[in-house]
Amino acid sequence: MFCNLSRGIGGNLGAESSHTANDELLSAVFAMLPPDTSTVTLSQDEVARFSRHLILPEIGMEGQKRLRASRVLCVGTGGLGSPLLLYLAAAGVGRIGIVDFDVVDHSNLQRQVIHGTSWVGRPKIASAKHRIQEINPHCQVDLHDTALSAENALRIMEPYDLVCDGTDNFPTRYLVNDACVLLKKPNVYGSIFRFEGQATVFNLDDGPNYRDLYPEPPPPGLVPSCAEGGVMGVLPGLIGLIQATEAIKLITGIGRSLSGRLLLFNSLEMTFRELKLRPNPERPRITGLIDYQQFCGVPGSSPGQEEAGAVESITVQELKALLDQRGKDVVLLDVRTPQEAEIARISGAELVPLNTIESGAAVEAVRAMATGRRLYVHCKMGGRSAKAVLALRRFGVEGVNVEGGIDAWTAEIDPSLNRY
Amino acid sequence: MTTTTVRVLLFGRLREEQGWCERLVELPQPVTTVARLQQALDIHCPGLRWAVNQDFATPDQPLHPGDELAFLPPITGG
Repeated sequence: MFCNLSRGIGGNLGAESSHTANDELLSAVFAMLPPDTSTVTLSQDEVARFSRHLILPEIGMEGQKRLRASRVLCVGTGGLGSPLLLYLAAAGVGRIGIVDFDVVDHSNLQRQVIHGTSWVGRPKIASAKHRIQEINPHCQVDLHDTALSAENALRIMEPYDLVCDGTDNFPTRYLVNDACVLLKKPNVYGSIFRFEGQATVFNLDDGPNYRDLYPEPPPPGLVPSCAEGGVMGVLPGLIGLIQATEAIKLITGIGRSLSGRLLLFNSLEMTFRELKLRPNPERPRITGLIDYQQFCGVPGSSPGQEEAGAVESITVQELKALLDQRGKDVVLLDVRTPQEAEIARISGAELVPLNTIESGAAVEAVRAMATGRRLYVHCKMGGRSAKAVLALRRFGVEGVNVEGGIDAWTAEIDPSLNRY
Repeated sequence: MTTTTVRVLLFGRLREEQGWCERLVELPQPVTTVARLQQALDIHCPGLRWAVNQDFATPDQPLHPGDELAFLPPITGG
């Protein structure tokens, strides 16, 4: 906490506050927004760079100094983290911390615009730092090459004034929230699904936090990620920039924040809606960090993983041998979506999407196909096909799951297929 | 809007599963709650949240003609 103490409470003088002097001192110890600018000076280069901010009455020299003095932690450098980092750096945030352990993948480039093609295969945080320093060399960038965990979260988050949640999973979101509550830091939140997004500010003063929006995590594996469900590339750009806007407003002390309001965005309808979000008086008090993997479900569980352990399965090598030797006795079912089948198909596979099996609509057709032949079922990675095998079993149709799905097939058997 | 309907909004996967995002729904009488209307619409979704008139609500909240009811599945993409 020492790094904040030295800054005093002067930076809060201009802010509206109903707190007692004691509360004010406490909040100054933990986080200080707007930050103290008494020791900040802008160089001539910075004055030229930020001149369009400086001439705004709402920001001006004091606001720009607040940005310069501010320290922002961004958890995740994916779809949300990319625009957040680009614009926070460009706006003049003085110190930015980045937490991520992932490397840049080709499939990221459609939306994670801070990363370039030449960085594929290399760490996202290094790619992000490189780009940030190109945009604003005055910005100090701290790299945290790790997964945020209950063990390291408080230590990593402590030096920052506010946290931006650009993560993509429930355990980390609860962790970021609880650590922000314990450290009394605002949590600028955004989340996306296919064509829709939501954003708000959590834990600002006595405002609501993530547990007021989602008191309990959903069962594991039932909420699809971007990798499973797809996402329109511009969507995280929009939501991430709403987060960046809120962060800049909090730092400079201007405008009305989204605290207490959940903003809902639908890109297909191009509508923004707002819901009032209040602290739940019955919400249990957060007194410490917990095991978030356990809280949100089986450790490391991904959709279909549990099912995959509960069904008979073969490897893609075994499947290849079977198809070569006894192709006529084998039916290969592809339970992915038509969109996925258009990207890549295993030759001879019959497309029957999982939802038509689970609803029962396609079961009789599958039964007819499988009569007198052995049924094998594949999807992309092996999770949905395991669910399909279990669903078919309920209707009295037996099948065998293909481990690793078409992804393993492409890697091990037929590299000419598109990988996605 | 007639006086016996509520405006229902669907988000996320519910919009895709049901094939619509906004609809006026006739309110079964006499007393209907969020949970009963959800049942009538055959909506199943783990972790669902509800909002009545842009304010978060519980399943036992009564609905009145002219209300707006939103069904919000949890999302976590980033």
